[in-house]
Amino acid sequence: MDTLALLADGFATSLSPINLLIVILGVTAGLFIGAMPGLGSVNGVAIVLPLTFIVPPSSAIILLCAIYYGAMYGGAISSILLGIPGASTAVATTFDGRPMAQQGKAGLALIAAAVASFVGGTISVVLFTLFAVPLADLALAFGPAEEFALVLMAFTTFVGLGGDDKLKTIIMICLGLVLSTVGLDLISGQPRLVFGDLPGFYSGISFLVLAIGVYGIGEILYTIETSRTAPQVTPAKITLRELGDGIRTMNKMWRTMSLGSFLGFFVGMLPAAGATPAALMAYGIARSTSKNPTSFGKGNIEGVAAPETANNAASTGSLLPMLTLGIPGSPTTALLLGGMVMWGLMPGPMLFIEQPDFVWGLISSLYTANFAAVAINIALIPLFVWALRMPFTVLCALVIVLCIVGGFAPSQKMHDVWLIAGFGVAGYLLRKADYPLAPLVLALVLGPLMEKSFRQTLIAEQGNVLAFIERPLSGAFIAIAALFFVLPLVKYLRKGGVRSIAPAE
Amino acid sequence: MIYKMTRRAALAGVASIAMIAAGATSALAEGWKPQKPVEMVIMAGQGGGADRLARLFQSIIQKEGLASMPVLPVNKGGGSGAEALRYLKDNEGDAHKIMATLNSYYTTPLRTDIGVDIEEFQPVARMALDTFVLWVNADSDIQTLDDYVAAVKASGGEWKMGGTGTGQEDSLVTAMLEKEFDIKVTYVPFKGGGDVAKNLVGGHIDSTVNNPSEALGFYKAGKVRPIMAFTPNRIEVFPDTPTATELGHNIVYWMQRSFVAPKGMPAEAVAYYTDMFQKLSETEEWQTYTKDKALMADFLAGDELQAYFLEERAKHAAILADMEADGSS
Repeated sequence: MDTLALLADGFATSLSPINLLIVILGVTAGLFIGAMPGLGSVNGVAIVLPLTFIVPPSSAIILLCAIYYGAMYGGAISSILLGIPGASTAVATTFDGRPMAQQGKAGLALIAAAVASFVGGTISVVLFTLFAVPLADLALAFGPAEEFALVLMAFTTFVGLGGDDKLKTIIMICLGLVLSTVGLDLISGQPRLVFGDLPGFYSGISFLVLAIGVYGIGEILYTIETSRTAPQVTPAKITLRELGDGIRTMNKMWRTMSLGSFLGFFVGMLPAAGATPAALMAYGIARSTSKNPTSFGKGNIEGVAAPETANNAASTGSLLPMLTLGIPGSPTTALLLGGMVMWGLMPGPMLFIEQPDFVWGLISSLYTANFAAVAINIALIPLFVWALRMPFTVLCALVIVLCIVGGFAPSQKMHDVWLIAGFGVAGYLLRKADYPLAPLVLALVLGPLMEKSFRQTLIAEQGNVLAFIERPLSGAFIAIAALFFVLPLVKYLRKGGVRSIAPAE
Repeated sequence: MIYKMTRRAALAGVASIAMIAAGATSALAEGWKPQKPVEMVIMAGQGGGADRLARLFQSIIQKEGLASMPVLPVNKGGGSGAEALRYLKDNEGDAHKIMATLNSYYTTPLRTDIGVDIEEFQPVARMALDTFVLWVNADSDIQTLDDYVAAVKASGGEWKMGGTGTGQEDSLVTAMLEKEFDIKVTYVPFKGGGDVAKNLVGGHIDSTVNNPSEALGFYKAGKVRPIMAFTPNRIEVFPDTPTATELGHNIVYWMQRSFVAPKGMPAEAVAYYTDMFQKLSETEEWQTYTKDKALMADFLAGDELQAYFLEERAKHAAILADMEADGSS
């Protein structure tokens, strides 16, 4: 009751005309920023942050959250249309979103992504409204050992469920892990694999550089070879009827979407984990619990819905440790935190007590941002789809320009552009040899997290490896991870068993 | 020609009035203005303490109109700031680049061979000194420094001290603590100060040397307890916490937040930026911020600042040498 009254007060703030206008502006800007490969919510928030001094803090945080949300929706757009994940959170969206676009169903995939994002965002905001304060304690229970176990779990959902050639998947994971060790080591402070002291490698290889290289440039090279003159992408059209159909199709996916929302919210809530593992685990679980797992990766709409619900739910979840503990779960939330500090607010355990107006204004603005984002996104789908109808010769050049600009912009180093070119060629060759690229990219994202937490635990526990199993939370996660790993093996043996019996009959 | 002469004469007139009005230093600054946006290079990545502070400066400068051109923060945090240091060295003479520093300004060139001598850079302004405090979880029985030292000794080297990174400020403070009390702790590096504070509250580590701003939220909520401040005088927000100097230990340590310019930047440009930061340090926003965050606003510029940098570098060289001798034995 108390919560509802506070929320109503919050809505009074966030529904004022000026704040509504801010939400619409922010969401639209975020959508385009997120849709550009290379630019993500971090860049959007960083650019706008100093401007927020002009408006009162409650409007300022509404603007930043609107950009954050808009970018989360937008990330799916380049994943689906171009096959380049705009952010690490949208990698899983390419698995089925890209094939759908190639089959001429880009419009449907975009609708699925928008609706799924909306559902994930809304369910997680409701969870946030009801349980923000008690859940903060759960986030505190997560130490390095639990982080490790969680990332391990994310890894196994992928390895265990991977339908591609198992050996090739493992090779690509190993390659990704090697790439993830490049740069300055957190634990010892020493540079590793910097190729004879090349300064560019000191900051490591960023996810974006690898993803833009192998997916963006690599894909274009591959398409040029395979298609010669005819574009491989079927031009897509979108009508109002299709829109209705799309929404009706989504209506059948409540199980996948609610699972994705809860999973996304809880994983996103844990500092250091965030939306990428959440999206990945949601995809893995949707696939393994589906009646028709082989259709995944070939344009199954559930493969778009699952990661998109999860990553949006996670982006709300990651606001929780920022507000209640003062710990940012991602670079973007770190900037939001910086903004709050500038406005004279102190995020942390006391914020909910000392600044209820601000907190509830923020929470209510998440509801309005969600509505605005889904409406604007669906309204703009025809525009996005139209982009695909460009002649391939034009699109191809445009994508390459986007890739180079997107790779250069965040770090402003030519070093990264050369790396993108290198990864592009490597990605093309790997694709030709039929190696899966997703495990490579995901190992680079999850590898550093896993290595860091593993070593922190071993240092803290004086080298006792059993610590991972002895602690109840991490022990439980490791058990689930083991299950995920063994499950396909059991399935395989069963099938083998059936087959060996069959001829005997 | 005549027109130009008049304009110049008028300018000179204005300048001389300004000189009388504002004194010699700021009149010098009036003469030069940035002609394009100024790059504010940050020695750390997005979202960290240094980055947040730099963006605060940017917003105050913008809000108060302290610069005629926009100031754009650029993160070059690679290799503990090695990337930023190299960048500043490679942009000799550039009048539109300044760098926000932290203590890796001394340690990074000392620890890695990147060919940068900070003596070549020009000091612009020191804005503040950040303090360090020894923290334990509020549930622990430790109330005083003596309790703390006894508890660490009793743990037989298994005492978990959390901190940000390795070879950076937190590990240096830890090394000083170990040397002073002849104790041994297990140092667990984390990625950021907030992460360290959270792990202390969650009971995953036993103590930290967080900056006040990193632990203040938890302190107000009664989750962490300050044991000792690594300062000579008591910190205003923690009036009951004794300082190292008070307790008779010479382990004072500061984190400096300053700005420097590349070698060869014209003197008028340096003066312009020094003046800009001096004005900034007098704004109400900055004074409220430093008070809330337990930062010591301590403005310093010119030769005094350069002397301070060199003295601090020598101190850090000594601590690093100690740590290395310790590590190899």
